[in-house]
Amino acid sequence: MHRRGVGAGAIAKKKLAEAKYKERGNVLAEDQIVQMSKQLETFKSNLEEFASKHKQEIRKNPQFRVQFQEMCATIGVDPLASGKGFWSEMLGVGDFYYELGVQIIEVCLALKHRNGGLITLDELHQRVLKGRGKYAQDVSQDDLVRAIKKLKVMGNGFGMIPVGGSYLVQSVPAELNMDHTVVLQLAEKKGYVTVSEIRDSLKWEKERACHVLDHLLKEGLAWLDSQAAGEAQYWLPALFSELISRDVTPEEANQMTP
Amino acid sequence: MDRFSWSNGLLEINETLVIQQRGVRLYDGDDKAKLDVGVALLSTHRLIWRDVKNHECCIAMPLSQIIFFEEQAAGIGKRSVAKIVIHLYPVPANKEPGPYQHSKYPYIKLSFKEHGQIEFYRRLTEEMTQKRWESTSLSQPIPTGTSPQVGRKTHAVGIIGIERKIEQKRKETDKNISEAFEDLSKLMVKAKEMVELSRSIANKIKDKQGDITEDETIRFKSYLLSMGIADPVTRETHGSGTHYHLQLAKQLGDMLQAPLEERGGMMALTEVYCLVNRARGMELLSPEDLVNACKMFESLKLPLRLRVFDSGVMVVQLQSHSEEEMIASALDNVSDKGSLTAEEFAKLLGLSVLLSKERLLLAEKMGHLCRDDSVEGLRFYPNLF
Repeated sequence: MHRRGVGAGAIAKKKLAEAKYKERGNVLAEDQIVQMSKQLETFKSNLEEFASKHKQEIRKNPQFRVQFQEMCATIGVDPLASGKGFWSEMLGVGDFYYELGVQIIEVCLALKHRNGGLITLDELHQRVLKGRGKYAQDVSQDDLVRAIKKLKVMGNGFGMIPVGGSYLVQSVPAELNMDHTVVLQLAEKKGYVTVSEIRDSLKWEKERACHVLDHLLKEGLAWLDSQAAGEAQYWLPALFSELISRDVTPEEANQMTP
Repeated sequence: MDRFSWSNGLLEINETLVIQQRGVRLYDGDDKAKLDVGVALLSTHRLIWRDVKNHECCIAMPLSQIIFFEEQAAGIGKRSVAKIVIHLYPVPANKEPGPYQHSKYPYIKLSFKEHGQIEFYRRLTEEMTQKRWESTSLSQPIPTGTSPQVGRKTHAVGIIGIERKIEQKRKETDKNISEAFEDLSKLMVKAKEMVELSRSIANKIKDKQGDITEDETIRFKSYLLSMGIADPVTRETHGSGTHYHLQLAKQLGDMLQAPLEERGGMMALTEVYCLVNRARGMELLSPEDLVNACKMFESLKLPLRLRVFDSGVMVVQLQSHSEEEMIASALDNVSDKGSLTAEEFAKLLGLSVLLSKERLLLAEKMGHLCRDDSVEGLRFYPNLF
């Protein structure tokens, strides 16, 4: 990085550069930084005024939040980048999403022994809502998706896999490639899948199907029911609906894995 | 289903989207419609449905077609799904063509395979109460039935009074929201100016036009932080952190000592995130704030380090816990028990499964352990080779 030189020679050189710039109609970067500082102060007070009138809207209205986020994205601004940002400090958007991030992490951690670190967005949504209590603000699935996108920077494999019109949220760094994803999508309808179904629907050879299913078993994302009538069934706990599942303790989970 | 017309699904000028819900299947009366599962959209003027896979397949029906509607609860069993039954006026003469020429049923159903029926029903009730389509017409002529009653089985005076109050409140809220949107748009215009100015400055820094001092660059970075503008140029030369992150790093250095000791000298970054933010209660840290602060540990000579494992897992660990010690103790534990899985190791040390797995993998990488990878799990043995 340059440092401004001292001495008469440097000053003269600088004056020449400045003159040349102003001649060509270009503004120097340092002048622009001063300009930006002033504009920032103005913007800050505009934002304060906006906040005093509409802060509640952001907290209470999920649709408004979506609009807000999309507008920010369009102009190239990330309101959630830092808790120290204006958006966060004055509108309170930050706290809303960062706290949601904490709740998402905690739910995923609590259920990991059961579903291996994979959960449907629906189930995550329901459990987060339950954890927040009746008087907490409404949280939409869009809110969850945005919070999860932010969590990704902390490593730990937070990701989203499109499945059946919605998403599966992954919270562990398990390696899941296209083959795994497509089998998960196949299993989405019934909560389980068999080798034959994979071969019929996807036209894979037996080895490829078994390889993928073994990997899912190893990662704890699938459970094997070898006593099913006909063929062995590979169940995905992440896809169990609330209706037919009950909570399983870690000890029970250990006994169930083959 | 013959009340629907083909549509491009785009909202008109005065039309606002109220709610949308995925996973909706349409029924012509009691029969499944010859359409797949799609997205149902409710606007101030219409009920719109779009096929999820084929976006060109989109149909719409004016809300004025609706006589009344009711919920049909889901039955018992995994397959049964909650529905909303919508009773409709006869087909108007000037209706645009749609997916069905004719239907024997005067009602349709929306089947909510991914739930959302409660909220959808609530919003539909609101829209049918307010009838916003009557006050703001769309640019295309929409065939309307006669003024419909709202879907209610009882019409006691008390209820009408309450409905009026709700409508009043809704109109106020609507006004507030539109004002909020207007103000937001104006704000965004100003924010956009800031973004453009910052890009111009960043370009000049990159091209080294003009003399910028260290101080000015650092100040510029803090402006970017305030606005939430990313800047790859200054990140290259000065890193992502600012004074704020410097202070944060020092705070974390103090705050995390004890928790790290308790957890064997290492914590996953997500654990740290939850711990710190739960403690703060408000003015929470963003995930990026945390990462940027942790990156500064080394330059500040704090006794903590941010570390990224091959798997992508990020942890904060105490400097004092050296690599060799961890690996040596891992080897001891494994030799002691003959073999260990990550879960067993975790139980032994009181660590999370994630971190104990990383330790075993590290010991394996250094050649002290080898693995037995089977369907029954990943087990580690001392390396006798």
